[in-house]
Amino acid sequence: MTERLRVDWRASLALVGSVLKYLAVPLCVPLAIALYYGDGGLVAFVATIAVTLALGLALERLDTDPDIGTREGFLMVSLTWLAVAVVGAIPYLIEAHGLPGVVAATHPESTLGDPANALFESMSGFTTTGATVLGQISLDAHSRAVMMWRQESQWLGGMGIVVLAVAILPKLSVGGAQLMEAEAPGPGLEKLTPRIAETARALWVLYVGLTALEIVLLYGLHLLGPVVGTPLAPEMTFYNAVAHGLTTMPTGGFSPEARSIEAFSAVVQWVIVPFMIAAGVNFALFWHLWKGDPHHVREDAEFRGYIGVTAVATAVVAGLLYTDPGLAGVAGAIEPSLRHAVFQVASFVTTTGYASTDFNAWSAPTKYVLLVLLFIGGSAGSTGGGIKIIRWLVVLKSVRRELFTTVHPEAVRPIRLGGQVIDEAAVRGIQSFTLLYFVLFAVASVLVFVNGAAIEGGLTTLEAVSVTASTLGNVGPGFTHFGPMDSYLLLPDATKVFMAGLMWIGRLEVLPVLVLLTRSYWRS
Amino acid sequence: MRIVIVGAGEVGASIAADLSDAHEVVVVDVDPERVERLTYDVDALPVEGDGVEPGVLEDADVSEADIVVASTDDDETNLAVCGTAATLGDPFTIARVQKTAYLRTWRRTRRAFDVDFMVCTDLLTAQSVVRVIGFPTATDVDPFAGGRVQMAEFEVPPESPFAGQTVEEADRFDALTFAAIIEDGDAVIARGETVIPAGAKVLVIGAARSVEAFAAAVAPESAIGDIDDIVVVGGSQQGFLVAKLLEERGFAPRLVEHDEDRAREIAERLPKTTVMAHDATDADFLERENVGEADVVVSCLDSDEKCLLVSLLSKRLGADRAIASIETAEYVSLFETVGVDVAVNPREVTAEEITRFTRERRAENVAIVEPGTAEVLEIEIDSESVLAGRPIREAVADLPSEIVIGAITRANDVITPRGDTVVEVGDHVVVFVPTSASAEVAERV
Repeated sequence: MTERLRVDWRASLALVGSVLKYLAVPLCVPLAIALYYGDGGLVAFVATIAVTLALGLALERLDTDPDIGTREGFLMVSLTWLAVAVVGAIPYLIEAHGLPGVVAATHPESTLGDPANALFESMSGFTTTGATVLGQISLDAHSRAVMMWRQESQWLGGMGIVVLAVAILPKLSVGGAQLMEAEAPGPGLEKLTPRIAETARALWVLYVGLTALEIVLLYGLHLLGPVVGTPLAPEMTFYNAVAHGLTTMPTGGFSPEARSIEAFSAVVQWVIVPFMIAAGVNFALFWHLWKGDPHHVREDAEFRGYIGVTAVATAVVAGLLYTDPGLAGVAGAIEPSLRHAVFQVASFVTTTGYASTDFNAWSAPTKYVLLVLLFIGGSAGSTGGGIKIIRWLVVLKSVRRELFTTVHPEAVRPIRLGGQVIDEAAVRGIQSFTLLYFVLFAVASVLVFVNGAAIEGGLTTLEAVSVTASTLGNVGPGFTHFGPMDSYLLLPDATKVFMAGLMWIGRLEVLPVLVLLTRSYWRS
Repeated sequence: MRIVIVGAGEVGASIAADLSDAHEVVVVDVDPERVERLTYDVDALPVEGDGVEPGVLEDADVSEADIVVASTDDDETNLAVCGTAATLGDPFTIARVQKTAYLRTWRRTRRAFDVDFMVCTDLLTAQSVVRVIGFPTATDVDPFAGGRVQMAEFEVPPESPFAGQTVEEADRFDALTFAAIIEDGDAVIARGETVIPAGAKVLVIGAARSVEAFAAAVAPESAIGDIDDIVVVGGSQQGFLVAKLLEERGFAPRLVEHDEDRAREIAERLPKTTVMAHDATDADFLERENVGEADVVVSCLDSDEKCLLVSLLSKRLGADRAIASIETAEYVSLFETVGVDVAVNPREVTAEEITRFTRERRAENVAIVEPGTAEVLEIEIDSESVLAGRPIREAVADLPSEIVIGAITRANDVITPRGDTVVEVGDHVVVFVPTSASAEVAERV
């Protein structure tokens, strides 16, 4: 006996189709770059545009008037991210293999020819993780178009593909709030305007504005160098300025440079720091600031917690670096130790994953501080991954309450954040999310560790734990062999596919994906 | 004066009895028995009927009345009575309410619901309890400029840090002006060198939060002794307000409420209060939570008997003082004999307030500080005013010397007047003037 499915999967798929159809627009950017530079990738992107349009239009025909409820929302959001990552992997494959009968492979030596690698790289892009499996990160080994597509995929994923869809697709104005809720980082969605589409648009306008500001500043430094007579940012060409602008605000971490941000001058590193920190702030706060309400920002408990954690961690790391005799040029020097400390702490707390130096060379205590930061993950409503400051605050406060009520069993203590009472149902939700996150992390670490035996020498515990936390939290680099200047290429294919799944689950904050695996979701 | 009182319950009857010796009083009530009883007890004209009926109010000759007091036990009826009375004539209307929500709305415009003066029973009771604990509260608060500016009178106890100081020394509050010192019924303009004698009242005008800050500071630590542990039993509106007023004075009281949902609601609204959900008549619970260590236990439970029980229980456990809010007037003295230190009767407190207020009859936006001595006026500045467009220092030369400009509101801001402040057309100024000069000031300003 078959029970009727209670999920209108056709509606979900039809909307996934709409998103895929519109994915053709951002794909035109690398296409234009391929035309401009003429160093390959033209066919790859033409073919990908064709595929995404065809797939999108076909899926849209499943339901011409899709009606989205909560369940359909979860399915639509989860599948959108999966579909976009799969389509986004096509250019990588074509670059390595060519298109039989049309064009020969332009970069046959590319490691992304392996489908597992291509999927990993694409998922790492869209989920703003920033872990890479490129064998050689340089513009010689890949076309400029493909390298820019990596960057752009992070930018699209940062503020959220679904948020963008809600902003531009009028048919999503009704179920839009639920969709954004399922995608947006953090425990709740803050409506800034009466219409959800306007909220989505406001968020994207802020996002675009901050990104543009960063690009202008970075390229401005490059241009300013010759004028003042000292090279301020000789490496920061227009291509690089755009490439890094596209991966800072989404807390992405991809770079077309093999040495990440180490390749750039100290001034550039200092300029990137505030943008990373801004990316970890709840974007709703920028909106309030824009509306001339700085009070809202100052009083925000999460913002204060976020700045506090970043400041304390920076102080600790800077102290450790300053006194580490093993670090030539950094130990005993105030500016470099402070710069690397604030850069790396901001990069980890916000889950960006940039590196201003190879932190693998740092002492073990310093690295463990960074490892802990992998679990923090910026603020709710930011572009960061991980658990989020707001959840940590609520969990810590509920632990404190638990201790208090042990002594005074009759006491009634609501949990407050910045004076606002948090609903008990929300507190329970946050507790179980945090627990679930750690269970998932523990189980995944074991699986990664066990499967790591397949590669030569196996994985150390620190490696397995760091890469798992890094992919689940959408950070990017791990430690030792998977550090910021290395790649995840060494890992077995099965682990890479598994990690693509972790990034997917991590980006959508676990529940929207896991709920699809329950029986009660599909039946009754 | 002719005074119409609608609602002859305990509050109404008590007001009628207090006022009938000096004024003509008409009492309106729906209950024929009450009306009958009043005919013999009080020297007032009883009218039987519903106070929201225009015909009934006409029978009571409301159009000729100077004051209408709506004191039934129902908030909405009281508001409707004031509205009806304002439609039929032009009396000064006084409404008694239980819900603080109405009071908050009314404080914004002072004409809301056609009520000229509003008395909130629960708030008065809570203030009375807090006063009993040892904090001076404002003896009189009048809102101006939609509630943004307040004028308040405070008694300065001998232990207060302000007692014996000059105004200049005491004036360390933002957005607060010392207007006058009132001693033995005489209002003296507060100058920098004026000394504040112990036991006198000070009249301050300023932003609402500054007035609160002043209220907290006027209470010296020594006057309230070593009180720091206060337990409020009962999460009724009164209990809630007592805890709230204590929080405003920097205390972190404990509150016991047996209903879980209500306890949660109170805990959400009072961040500094430790709320416990349990039956307070459970002696084991009181012992476990060390209620015996408390300096003061305030009982605001819905039944007087329970209040007595809790007071006696906590006293036996060792609590220093027990204060109870007692609904039934007859129990007050009895309970005080058997062990409750102070019993506060909400109806009595309300009746006293309305009577006091009625005696010191006030008009719209004019608060008479001490009858016949001084007034506080709120005036909108037009281009004719001597203040318009000039710094205050220059403008006062054209005004009687005894005036104090207490506060200025411009759009939504409250401005503290200083010598160099320039008053603009459209500003509202709150001025303190002696009665003798008030006509002159009203004309020139």
